[in-house]
Amino acid sequence: MTMLSERQQLSYIAAQAADARLNVELETEGMTLNIGPQHPATHGTLRIIARLDGEQVVWAEPVAGYMHRGYEKLTEVRTYPQVTALINRIDWLGSFANEVPFILAAEQLMEVEAPPRAQHIRTILFELSRIANVSLFLGDLGVQMGAVTPVFMAFRDREYVLNLIEGATGGRFHPNFDRIGGLKDDLPKGWIDETRQVMKKLRNFCDEIEDLLFGNEIFQSRTRGIGVIPAEVAKEYGLSGANLRASGVDWDLRRDQKLPLAYDKVDFRVWTHPDGDSWARCWIRLQEVREATKIVDQLIETIPAGPVMAKVPRIIKVPEGEAWVSTENPLGEMGYYVVSKGDLGPFRVKIRSASFNNISITPWVLKGVYVPDIITILASLYFILGDIDR
Amino acid sequence: MGLVDRGRLPAPLTKLFNLGRSYSMWVYQWGLACCAIEMGAAFGSPRYDVMRLGVIPLPASPRQADLVVVSGTVTDKMAPAVKRLYEQMPEPKYVISMGSCANCGGPYWDSYSVTKGVDQIIPVDVYVPGCPPRPEALLEGVVLLQQRIKNEDMAARWRGEGFTPLQRAESEPIVVGGGPIE
Ligand code: SF4
Repeated sequence: MTMLSERQQLSYIAAQAADARLNVELETEGMTLNIGPQHPATHGTLRIIARLDGEQVVWAEPVAGYMHRGYEKLTEVRTYPQVTALINRIDWLGSFANEVPFILAAEQLMEVEAPPRAQHIRTILFELSRIANVSLFLGDLGVQMGAVTPVFMAFRDREYVLNLIEGATGGRFHPNFDRIGGLKDDLPKGWIDETRQVMKKLRNFCDEIEDLLFGNEIFQSRTRGIGVIPAEVAKEYGLSGANLRASGVDWDLRRDQKLPLAYDKVDFRVWTHPDGDSWARCWIRLQEVREATKIVDQLIETIPAGPVMAKVPRIIKVPEGEAWVSTENPLGEMGYYVVSKGDLGPFRVKIRSASFNNISITPWVLKGVYVPDIITILASLYFILGDIDR
Repeated sequence: MGLVDRGRLPAPLTKLFNLGRSYSMWVYQWGLACCAIEMGAAFGSPRYDVMRLGVIPLPASPRQADLVVVSGTVTDKMAPAVKRLYEQMPEPKYVISMGSCANCGGPYWDSYSVTKGVDQIIPVDVYVPGCPPRPEALLEGVVLLQQRIKNEDMAARWRGEGFTPLQRAESEPIVVGGGPIE
């Protein structure tokens, strides 16, 4: 071992230090960015942890659970009529749509079917809640990109739809109107005329948003080609609803499934888009609101006469068995797997909510994007916190 | 303002300040769950328009806010964040608890993961019951809070004694509609 003089040692250390400094200067340092749990872009309390290299995301992960309210456990201690009041609040923007699959599953177990009039009105309310839900998304989209005007328009026109829902069910937000075997009540007088006018207004709103937001150059350059999800990846992650259709997969449970709802009596188009980027997801939703207004228009002309409630016992006991029903909710496929042991309440309910699967793709889709695009991609994926965490 | 800092303020001056404070409230919103949408309707929609009451929604951070509306379910996982955000607000600060969930747990009264009432972690001035409360109910809550601020002993607030009324009115929290919290 050669002995180095003190001087040599010092110069060696200095050279090493200089090298190290150079390396540090050339490398960008990693940074961890924590978005949420309180952030306007997360529609509630989602938290995203992103590790950045300069402006680019190298790793991202959603942290769910800040809105976990324990639905699946609570359904076990409620009776069937009480469960609907609870599950209303899963996807809080389209409340009525949450009740339908659960009620259908319970009806399947009890082997009752709602009368045609009830099925018809159910479908109308289902589509109205889709409009109420997605129209707010369209308004909120602007906010994520710095345009505040669309959200005022969305709130303005959404009020009309809420008025309709309130007129029919008595609740602006959480109607709790669906019953096993039918509906609580019939439609009030004059409701159909009003609906006709509101649907016209909503179509105007869609045109307005299309001009104002989708025609905007900034909006286009911030969404086109950003956050592309190919069809295979979308299927692997279990995306559903508009997110899946935006990747070019033609899949819509309203059309593809036979359920006691009135979708087979209307003529509607399922829109798909080949691109799979943020733009496609937003555009599909815009078309879906339009399509939903047309569905409502067709349905209100052909409501059959008759009762709205089938014959069911006063105290509802669901016979033993298991049932799985899923429907095309505003956010995607929502399903309930109900296990009954013949009691007043369900033994176990597994809730498949759309947003949970839709958000599971974030680690994949956020990899390599720039920081400002995180927000637009999250906005275009469209999730609702209650629907993720349940 | 030395008078305020020393905790001595003549009553007429207090009245004047209170008037100013009650009509220039910056409100920070904790949209936590369903109620957040109704709060959005009250604060952000042209139909309800909260600004006519002298309330300014959407400050950029809790450090600029005077009033916070806790709207929605506070879960045990979220509770520390709520407390921390509240502590970031400068005094004097007020809290409106909106919706049954924030008041007392609401439909999740027997859930294992929900905090039964935000008043367990931060003091609440006005409770707005309902599930969700209509936007009008929230607006009434705001108006009642403004009345409460007009009647507040400002010096006591500065001394850190919390809400102390100037005269008569009781210092209990207000419940919109007057009934029980649910
Ligand atoms: S009070 Fe009702 S509407 Fe409000 S957050 Fe709770 S469940 Fe949702």
